[in-house]
Amino acid sequence: MSFPLLTATAVLPAIGAIATAAVPAARRDAAKALALLFSLGTLALAIAVLVRFDPDGDRYQLTESHAWIKDFGVRYELGVDGIAVALIALTALLIPFILLAGWHDADPLETGSKRWRPTQGFFALILAVEAMVILSFEATDVFLFYIFFEAMLIPMYFLIGGFGDRAHAHGEQVASTQRSYAAVKFLLYNLVGGLIMLAAVIGLYVVAGNFSLQEIAQARAAGSLDMATNTERWLFLGFFFAFAVKAPLWPLHTWLPNAMGEATAPVAVLITAVVDKVGTFAMLRFCLQLFPEASKWATPVILVLAVISIIYGALLAVGQRDIKRLVAYASISHFGFIVMGIFAMTSQGQSGATLYMVNHGLSTAALMLVAGFLISRRGSRLIADYGGVQKVAPVLAGTFLIGGLATLSLPGLAPFVSEFLVLVGTFTRYPAIGIVATFGIVLAALYTLVLYQRTMTGPVKPEVSAMPDLRMRELLVVGPLVVLLIALGVYPKPVADIVNPAVKQTMSDVHKSDPKPEVEAAK
Amino acid sequence: MSAVAVHSLWTTAAGPITKIDPPKIEYGQLSPTLIVVGAAIVGVLVEAFVPRKSRYYAQLFVSVVALCAAFAAVVALAADGYGTTKAHIAAMGAVAVDGPALFLQGTILLAALVGLFTFAERKLDPQAHGNHVDSFAAQAASVPGSDSEQAAVRAGFTTTEVFPLLLFAVTGMLIFPAANDLLTLFVALEVFSLPLYLLCALARRKRLMSQEAAVKYFLLGAFASAFTLFGIALLYGYAGSVSYATISQVVDGTLTTVDPALAGTMGNDALLLIGTALIVMGLLFKVGAVPFHMWTPDVYQGAPTPVTGFMAAATKVAAFGALLRILYVVLPGLRWDWRPVMWGVAIITMLGGAIVAITQTDIKRLLAYSSIAHAGFILAGVIATNPDGVSSVLFYLAAYSFVTIGAFAVVTLVRDAGGEATHLSKWAGLGRRSPLVAAVFAVFLLAFAGIPLTSGFAGKFAVFKAAAEGGAGPLVVVGVISSAIAAFFYIRVIVLMFFSEPRPEGPTVAVPSPLTMTAIGVGVAVTLVLGVAPQYFLDLAGQAGVFVR
Repeated sequence: MSFPLLTATAVLPAIGAIATAAVPAARRDAAKALALLFSLGTLALAIAVLVRFDPDGDRYQLTESHAWIKDFGVRYELGVDGIAVALIALTALLIPFILLAGWHDADPLETGSKRWRPTQGFFALILAVEAMVILSFEATDVFLFYIFFEAMLIPMYFLIGGFGDRAHAHGEQVASTQRSYAAVKFLLYNLVGGLIMLAAVIGLYVVAGNFSLQEIAQARAAGSLDMATNTERWLFLGFFFAFAVKAPLWPLHTWLPNAMGEATAPVAVLITAVVDKVGTFAMLRFCLQLFPEASKWATPVILVLAVISIIYGALLAVGQRDIKRLVAYASISHFGFIVMGIFAMTSQGQSGATLYMVNHGLSTAALMLVAGFLISRRGSRLIADYGGVQKVAPVLAGTFLIGGLATLSLPGLAPFVSEFLVLVGTFTRYPAIGIVATFGIVLAALYTLVLYQRTMTGPVKPEVSAMPDLRMRELLVVGPLVVLLIALGVYPKPVADIVNPAVKQTMSDVHKSDPKPEVEAAK
Repeated sequence: MSAVAVHSLWTTAAGPITKIDPPKIEYGQLSPTLIVVGAAIVGVLVEAFVPRKSRYYAQLFVSVVALCAAFAAVVALAADGYGTTKAHIAAMGAVAVDGPALFLQGTILLAALVGLFTFAERKLDPQAHGNHVDSFAAQAASVPGSDSEQAAVRAGFTTTEVFPLLLFAVTGMLIFPAANDLLTLFVALEVFSLPLYLLCALARRKRLMSQEAAVKYFLLGAFASAFTLFGIALLYGYAGSVSYATISQVVDGTLTTVDPALAGTMGNDALLLIGTALIVMGLLFKVGAVPFHMWTPDVYQGAPTPVTGFMAAATKVAAFGALLRILYVVLPGLRWDWRPVMWGVAIITMLGGAIVAITQTDIKRLLAYSSIAHAGFILAGVIATNPDGVSSVLFYLAAYSFVTIGAFAVVTLVRDAGGEATHLSKWAGLGRRSPLVAAVFAVFLLAFAGIPLTSGFAGKFAVFKAAAEGGAGPLVVVGVISSAIAAFFYIRVIVLMFFSEPRPEGPTVAVPSPLTMTAIGVGVAVTLVLGVAPQYFLDLAGQAGVFVR
């Protein structure tokens, strides 16, 4: 029996979470170092997965399969395709940065309280989320996926509700009320989505008799498993609803601005760059594979919702006064692009969408983490409280600009490639949708550049005049992200090579091929 | 006409009595029940003869030994194949010894054992006049607030009668799901109900509320019992027998011999339907299904918390066992009639429990409404009418019992000057002050909410799967929606515990003796084991899922 690499990749952070939580209260720094060590170990394993994965090999690789709950037809089945590998790598890559960026976010406010140990909790919870996210990328058993899809809400909920920004402009009491409101909203939205999916999961079992993604997909392809059209559509809707809440897609998005606004910047990155990716990933893996016909049936409506997300998210981002909420609405706009790419049903669109997931993770992490450093210096999230920062903290301003430019998909930075592919992929099949979506880019330029202009340029505000520039630890977080954004912008081929074969497979699942290029005959 | 001739108009001469067959009782197969009832009687004798100082220890010893021995007997019977191949009907057709009966008896005994630990806890209440006290009134007969009550407290009296009362209740609960004729069913119902009414009245603190709860429970319970008894009479009129097997044959039409004395009523469908409705009503009262749930919140709130925990767990197990047996053994032929009604009951129970729970401000009432919602989920499994339905209900009951007892055991720990601090506002910030207790309670709440990797999820999935396979898809959707509603108030408690600022004059968490710690520890362990690796127990429930007829 070969080494269970996938299990190890997911179990290592889980062990790390337990170990970190078990560190005695006084040894706060040891807990942090331990957590970072485990996240780096996970990154090493994720790189091993990346290396062992053969893009031109079988569809699912490094598979593991063990009996688990026989009565429910549930197996512990893991396997990765190119899309999953890319996202696992992204997750494992971002977590060390998130931990490093949040190094002091959970230090106790007053000394002397011995029993309440938020620091250990903070780091342990992030590692727990990492473990569950990685498992949900790896699971090829629908039930197994569902379990971690749901269970990750609990640590996430404590991260949002339990840890807020340090120094807050308004009192701690108000902040904690808003924070627990945001946490509850996050949990209820996702729990309702998940429970509706549970009904569909049970329905799937009644129809198919087991939960194995590969078995069901093969049986569907071979025609040995017939689903009535209506059954398939209902099941699809049950699954899609949960993923659309998670992604989030308009009109199910309203939890995201609250959650990202109230959480600390690293947790906000964890939400949008890591956890939400499970939603879009699951659309590709489960919705399209299990319910190809229903996916095609629902495409027009989903595309319209995606375009609304793009435009609506961007418009609201333009109007935000709060930096973190602005990034949240920008993310809603970007998730619109991802969903649009997935359901455009062209290979460019889906490759673009997968690349987009990776690139959006990197660009949002860069922008949001720098924004977090900025906020922690001034103690305010309001754009109006800043001005002229680039004169006092040029490196901070510079990296903030690069993060912002990546968000607006400047050519030469990684997100440009993916956004371009998504738009091209959509345009070849649905030109009208593609045209409308393009306006999202224009709006993105508006909200990013206006944000930069208002906070970084202009006269130096007295409150920011003594603002220190990025420290070593912060540079260590931002530097590699900026390098990656530029590198993948110039040379996206490595990621594309991993992703493309998996996308082709998915396309063939839904029996779709790219539209033939047509040249209008000259009259 | 001679006197003899006239007499013979209305009498016939009986033959001389030659021999009365002694009833044949399989003592071995009934041993779990017999052990418990024997120990209960020993407990009564202990009350009478053992000096007051050593009664507590004697009672605790007797009860623990009895429950363990009874559980061992259940395991031995199951290992001997009485749960599967050797399943049969014992005690002249009165008691079934089969898979569901043994599984439920085992669950009830374990739940009672864990519940007993919380009954015996004497470290939580501050010492009164130098004596350790438990959660029960010093002297039940003394009027609350009177001089005699104070005298009893000063003298250090404790109501050690709770131990035999618990054992009597367990006796009834053991027979209830195994009863194989309607009279045994009724006797078992009364045997476990009466001690519970008494136990509810015995709280040490807030005695008036406790007594009020007991009176409410008693009055409504008496009504429900009367309905059940009336239903039994009507069914006897319909079938000419109280035996489950005979009634089911008459319902199916396979048995057509008519008892001459009942010629006027036998086979009358009105009697069958009304009788069934009344009996089922009585059982739904015991499980706390809407619209027969009105007693639940008041009784759960007023009763001493250890009693609430025990009652919430064990009564539900026993009553659902009896309900399953009646619906699956006696009335399968009638399922086209009872299924639509039960659909309705299940839907309003799930939604009603979940929705009303949102507005609760007392943790015990909140758990009461949550138990109502859970009754609805279990009913969804009952409605499935397939083998998976039985085994999923068995599994759910086992999983739910331990979560419930554990949760109520945690409630007993959070105290202020007035005893247990059950008002939700007092739980604010508990997670900051006692992270471990709050975390344990959070685990129980997540299990109630059915979050994956807890026993609650496995149970919920099992019943919903059975229901979906049994063609009750819409019921599953309603169940899922009410789970979402229910999640809201479980989460609210977690928010309160972890994210709210602790109150300055908030409650303290008492450090319990190993007894309560064991109860809570078992609760957490079962919750996690059944959540992560439920296969063995699902197998067990699956094997136990066949009734003997």
